[in-house]
Amino acid sequence: MSLMGLTAIELGRKIKKKEVSAAEAVEEALEAIEKKETAIHSFLTVDKEGARRRAEQVQRRICKGELTSPLAGVPMAVKDNLCTRGIRTTCASRLLSDFVPTYTAEAVCRLEHAGVIVLGKTNMDEFAMGSTTETSAFGATKNPWDTKHVPGGSSGGSCAAVSAEECSLALGSDTGGSIRQPASFCGVTGLKPTYGTVSRYGLITYASSLDQIGPIARNVEDCAAMLDEIASFDKKDATSVKRQACSFREALTEDIKGLRIGIPSNHLSEGLQKEIRQAIFAVSETLKQQGAVVEEFHLDFMDYAVPAYYVIACAEASSNLARFDGVKYGYRTKEYANLEEMYKKTRSEGFGSEAKRRILLGSFVLSSGYYEEYYKKALRTRAWIKQKLDQALERYDAILAPVAPTTAPKLGVFEGNPLKMYQSDIYTVAANLAGLPAISFPCGTDCNGLPIGLQLIGGCFREQELLKAVYAFECTRNYQRSPFAMEGERTEKCHRREYEQSI
Amino acid sequence: MSKAYETVIGLEVHVELATKTKIFCACSTEFGGVPNSHTCPVCTGMPGALPVLNKRVVEYAIAVGLAINGNIRKCCQFDRKNYFYPDNPQNYQISQLYLPICTDGSVEIPTDTGKKTIGIREMHMEEDAGKLLHSRSDMASIVDYNRSGVPLLEIVTRPDIRSAKEAVAFLEKLRLMLQYLGVSDCKLNEGSMRVDVNVSVRKEGADRLGTRTEMKNLNSFRAVARAIESESSRHRKLLENGQKIMFETRRWDDKRGISHPMRTKEEARDYRYFPEPDLPPILIEDAWIARIEKERPEMPEEKLERYQREFGLPKYDASILVGEKHFADLFEEATALCGKPKKVSNWIMGELICLLRENEMAADKISFSPENLAKLIDLVDAGQISGTVAKEIFAQIVTKDVDPEKYMDEKCLGMVEDEDLLREVIVSVICVHSQSVEDYKRGKKRAIGFLVGQAMKTMRGKANPKTVHRLLEEALSYEEAPRA
Repeated sequence: MSLMGLTAIELGRKIKKKEVSAAEAVEEALEAIEKKETAIHSFLTVDKEGARRRAEQVQRRICKGELTSPLAGVPMAVKDNLCTRGIRTTCASRLLSDFVPTYTAEAVCRLEHAGVIVLGKTNMDEFAMGSTTETSAFGATKNPWDTKHVPGGSSGGSCAAVSAEECSLALGSDTGGSIRQPASFCGVTGLKPTYGTVSRYGLITYASSLDQIGPIARNVEDCAAMLDEIASFDKKDATSVKRQACSFREALTEDIKGLRIGIPSNHLSEGLQKEIRQAIFAVSETLKQQGAVVEEFHLDFMDYAVPAYYVIACAEASSNLARFDGVKYGYRTKEYANLEEMYKKTRSEGFGSEAKRRILLGSFVLSSGYYEEYYKKALRTRAWIKQKLDQALERYDAILAPVAPTTAPKLGVFEGNPLKMYQSDIYTVAANLAGLPAISFPCGTDCNGLPIGLQLIGGCFREQELLKAVYAFECTRNYQRSPFAMEGERTEKCHRREYEQSI
Repeated sequence: MSKAYETVIGLEVHVELATKTKIFCACSTEFGGVPNSHTCPVCTGMPGALPVLNKRVVEYAIAVGLAINGNIRKCCQFDRKNYFYPDNPQNYQISQLYLPICTDGSVEIPTDTGKKTIGIREMHMEEDAGKLLHSRSDMASIVDYNRSGVPLLEIVTRPDIRSAKEAVAFLEKLRLMLQYLGVSDCKLNEGSMRVDVNVSVRKEGADRLGTRTEMKNLNSFRAVARAIESESSRHRKLLENGQKIMFETRRWDDKRGISHPMRTKEEARDYRYFPEPDLPPILIEDAWIARIEKERPEMPEEKLERYQREFGLPKYDASILVGEKHFADLFEEATALCGKPKKVSNWIMGELICLLRENEMAADKISFSPENLAKLIDLVDAGQISGTVAKEIFAQIVTKDVDPEKYMDEKCLGMVEDEDLLREVIVSVICVHSQSVEDYKRGKKRAIGFLVGQAMKTMRGKANPKTVHRLLEEALSYEEAPRA
């Protein structure tokens, strides 16, 4: 098995023990990427030379004993909406296809400071707008479990890279489920922390009040280790919060006796894939056996979360994306007669259709005469949803719910049907609207062999309970590797079978 | 005929705050500088950059809010004003619409008929935009973001102003207030104070306001007054001819003394304001307001009263000094050093104002050390230099900030104490001006003044005129003696 088949903690331990070097780890990652990219396309940019250079530097610091993080020397993929100094950062948009930032996002900085090595930038839905990674201007990413299926989105590239074992860690961002949903489609673990936990400085904003950066990894321990590095107050982000210092990783214990878990029964009604419903009950049984108290309850905002989310997210996006105008950086149309034409052509040619749709929708809900009717109403709905969730989370330590109504759909399923895609965010957006932490974790596969993921939503700043619960669950089962993770380890026979299936 | 009409004026004043750094980043706010040298990812709207509020801006806003007797909102927030223009790097301006920091203030102004209160509707904080420069040669426009993110206060009055004179009185009062608070230098020519004027005209006694027009590009208080006069008479003429006034924004051309339409308000853009999600609401606690109130510097009215009480200055003199902060600062510093307020005041009110006028210098260009003025006063008092020489040296102080003692020594301007030398000069003066000597002897005692003057002239001012007077009297009586 490749080093990339190890968890980040295992790999970090080997590096610390000098069994392998950071450079060797990077080489194996680059090799895996080389081998798998044509089929998966998780990366938009692979910074080979940079990664090798950073590996040398990190190794020197490890040797001098300067790096104590369990993740020192471990290679990582970064979603392409996080600015990286000197490495092209595109947001998977034509508008930023040549944009090279002059600074690095705070979250990436903190991981690099701990000795984590950036390999490159991962594919995503353009400006994080989408649920399949198909809205990328540079082609879709494929699901490592079945390349005819989407990896989910918008952090599809990051989740696919971890799932395909191109690396063991990745950073993503979650505005309405963009970490949790692709994590569930790709059979990996992804955490959206409490709003304000991770600095958004350097994250190319989609919706400021909803965006949160989070870890994607094979298991919960790796996620906790990553969160330990990135959770920090940052004076460069006014929405960042000073949290009580704690170690998320050290909080991991199997002991979840008395942990109260609620399952919103109305989340399990029609529209939810049968196997996912079964998975909920199976997970619930496991948790009960470990001492958790699980019960069903009613959570009654289901019909309002998606509309409120899309009004608010699009409103903010319409303003946040206004800066991409061809004046200062990024794509500018070739020919134009005047300023207005330059703006129009640049933005018409630069943005893909999903981004345009959301900018238009957002501009509409903010325009005079509609502000009260849509935007203000959505803000009130948001407050109401938060209140409902906060009330539920007084009774329960965590809410167990589906991440998506189905497992990973086939590529192209949502083409021409954005509403159907929006509707598939039904389970994830509430955590963003309420600013709550939520973690998506794998718990089996469906009849097509596609991974099923579930999420636990917790109270504000109570990530520990979520991590503990998932850790306890993980301890009862083995990690299921994706077929593509085993690429190269497979026999000729597998390849032939796949080939035969494909024709 | 025109008497039947009343002009109604409201002002929107933008003031650049004199903070060291910008409102949402740590870049310098210094005026000028190489284009784009005071910029960072935040004030150039780079992807992923986030604004962080400069607390000092809020403190300045609170100080101004208190000075204009406004209500300080305990929880205010920023909003985004969305519009596309290249000087605005994010294509939205961070401003305040829904919950501005201060509302319902007032400023009292002097008018011909006594004091009048001008209402302030609201005051809010916002960021300035960059500057566009258009090059004709290569048909290109370039943008300088040095000014982007410089903090601004926008102060909006109620339509309480009735004449150009009142408008200027209000602006002068406001400017002085802001300068004394130390929150802005309020230089109209550098754009650190910008005024937009809303003018409408209605029949006297009418309840409803007439259709207003907004005037932009007013670069001096004189331009404000002229624009108001011009615009209100334009409105009157239109109304008298039974024509309608267009609700529009106009640009004032001060050179030609006329205004041009810029855009009609019907084409007004929809700014799609919404709360700025990158900045949490600002909570202003009473203790914070109390501290700012306590730290408030002395305001013009207080100084005016104190100068009369503490230094015994006449009200007029005190008002001249207080009316220009640079004068007041100079007065206080020099007085503290030499302890002679009346003399310091006289130098400022006489020579300094004269010199500034001669050199076409604005008061804000005063850069000499108050210590040098204090020294100069001491030299005169000690009889080391004459008044004439002192004036010569003062001119050097104002333009070159010379040390009067050193300058006096270098140029040998010290008083000549040698009485023998003075007697020689006097003898020669008596010889040359025999007619005046005759006049004096015939009892025209005033003729001695001329002779003193001539002697002083020969001495190039470097003599004590009292000594010269005494020696002259001596010499003239001596000349008389033999005849007697």
